Amino acid sequence: MMKNRQHIKWGFLFFFLPVVLWLFLLIVLPHLELLRLSFTKANTGKLTLDNYLAFFREPIYWLTFVRTAGYSILVTFLVMIISLPVSFYISKMVKGRMTGALMIFILVPFWVSELIRVYGWMILLRESGILNHFLVSIGLFKEPVEMLYNDISMIMGLVYTSMLFMVVPVIGVMDDLDNSIIEAAYDLGASKMAIWRTIIIPHCASGLVNGGIIVFMLVLGSYLTPNLMGGKNSLWFTEQIYNQIILYFNWNQGAAFGFLLLALSSLIIWIMLKLTKQNLKEVVKK
Amino acid sequence: MDSALSVQNVTKRFGDFTAVDQVSFEVEDGKFFSILGPSGCGKTTLLRMIAGFYKPDGGTLLFNGKNMDGVAPNKRPVNLVFQNLALFPMMNVHENIAFGLRRRGDKGPEVDKKVRSLLERVGLPESGKKQISQLSGGQKQRIAIARCLIMEPSVLLLDEPLGALDAKLREHMKVELKTLQSQVGTTFVYITHDQSEAMVMSDRVAVMNNGRFEQIGSPQELYHEPKSSFVAQFVGNNNKLRVKLHRDAGGDTVARYADRYDFKLAQTFEETSFSYEYDLFIRPEAVIINPGEGRETFQTLPVDVTSILFDGGNSRLIVKPLGTDGELVVALPQTRQYDSIRSGDRIQVGWDLNKTICFRRSDWKLYDEE
Repeated sequence: MMKNRQHIKWGFLFFFLPVVLWLFLLIVLPHLELLRLSFTKANTGKLTLDNYLAFFREPIYWLTFVRTAGYSILVTFLVMIISLPVSFYISKMVKGRMTGALMIFILVPFWVSELIRVYGWMILLRESGILNHFLVSIGLFKEPVEMLYNDISMIMGLVYTSMLFMVVPVIGVMDDLDNSIIEAAYDLGASKMAIWRTIIIPHCASGLVNGGIIVFMLVLGSYLTPNLMGGKNSLWFTEQIYNQIILYFNWNQGAAFGFLLLALSSLIIWIMLKLTKQNLKEVVKK
Repeated sequence: MDSALSVQNVTKRFGDFTAVDQVSFEVEDGKFFSILGPSGCGKTTLLRMIAGFYKPDGGTLLFNGKNMDGVAPNKRPVNLVFQNLALFPMMNVHENIAFGLRRRGDKGPEVDKKVRSLLERVGLPESGKKQISQLSGGQKQRIAIARCLIMEPSVLLLDEPLGALDAKLREHMKVELKTLQSQVGTTFVYITHDQSEAMVMSDRVAVMNNGRFEQIGSPQELYHEPKSSFVAQFVGNNNKLRVKLHRDAGGDTVARYADRYDFKLAQTFEETSFSYEYDLFIRPEAVIINPGEGRETFQTLPVDVTSILFDGGNSRLIVKPLGTDGELVVALPQTRQYDSIRSGDRIQVGWDLNKTICFRRSDWKLYDEE
């Protein structure tokens, strides 16, 4: 009996240890060091709150954050609005093989790196790019227009790069929605809009929240897309962190910004969940 | 006065397959009409056309004389109770029932009053606040019907709503549905593959097979005077004996079973039909054990008892006619008169020739096992 129990323990440790080591050495430990750095003054090593206070004292910092958070929320909503009909089409309208084919179409772009995808957009949109060439050649534009390096192109890029993370969970919950429930609503006199409002969106709420959290965090923490497509005026908060650490070599300030980003984005998600009356535990369970 | 529902030559094809083939029927206002058929016979397709989910490939649908061609399901004066009920899990019972009214734009205390009165009518006055997952199978059933009845449809369609319930509850709901229908007076069109459901509840039943109606009639008509081999077998229980027809010395048509037994028939057949194979249908409850001699119209058959299936009032004997491989089911009345019968006994069974019916053999599949 005793021997058997010992046996199970070793088996358990065998699988458990790598996970613990990975979590501790690569995630917890670096974060603890960053946390320590964020509370100390550069060079001297004295304890201080200055790094955090700098965020609130300097408008450029918190304004960048507000801008970043605002655009992230906007992108999340845009992605939700686009994902709903896309998921509905894939989950309910097409049958059999087509479902798989369409899923692959959505997945394939994610097999290449984000950098390549962004460069793809740039080739398409830049002044000497394909779109401009086409529009000029059909005579719609007299001369090429710069479509890159503004907020709209940046949002477009962010929506594109985060689509998948909304579509997949939403298709997951939409598959669970029994067709006869939609038909029942239709039969009881509901218009198409009413069916979306009263049946489909409430049913998909958990998938939308799930996807929403992922997309929001991804967009908020993304660096490449806003940097490459946003141009000089579109400052993203991650660029502030990058600047502190790489340009000014101020690790302490960068670490503080990093933790502020984590805390503030968690706060925003918590507020959003409260506002939409969703329970994080239940959302994650589904 | 127009019929509540009038279906005229309605046809539906899926590719090469004709699911519903030139079906016509009328349902009078306030009647309980059932469509009975094995799975795959096209009854659900027919119902979905009436509800508006499928567009017929031909024919006309009229509600109270109004043509429904091109009218969307949400604009039709019919409501459908789905096979799996399709209650809205994201809403509570009250919201489920009020759904239709709300979509119509009704608001305020009027809606609440209607919902409450309907909940009372289906016997669940206190469950407005409950979630759908808290309801039992029978309660869900009633809510699904209430949700449709609140729309005061001119026809209520029901797609095998009792299918998911266990046997005891199903028996109970049969009676309850019938009572509810006569109380509210709404026209019900009910589809089922369970002949007992159709017989117990309906004023009229249509028997459907392979996309066509075999016969429309009252349950009694279907039971006593089936018009086809299919109806004879599908409605109620029936014994089927393979027979050949010929004419006896007296000029009457006689059915010969297993090349050795001759049974007189009430029907007469033309000489030309004698070359075909026929089925003789005898209901288990029409067969009498040890009938005795001397009755003119009685046909008798010596049999061996193979087994006794005791099932209370529904008990049966399985018997094997002497010298054949056939099998016959005989009702065994529990009057204690036949208690002495044992498996292996040799007895005499008989039936009145007026209670049998003979049809030309036809091959059709009976999916009744489902």
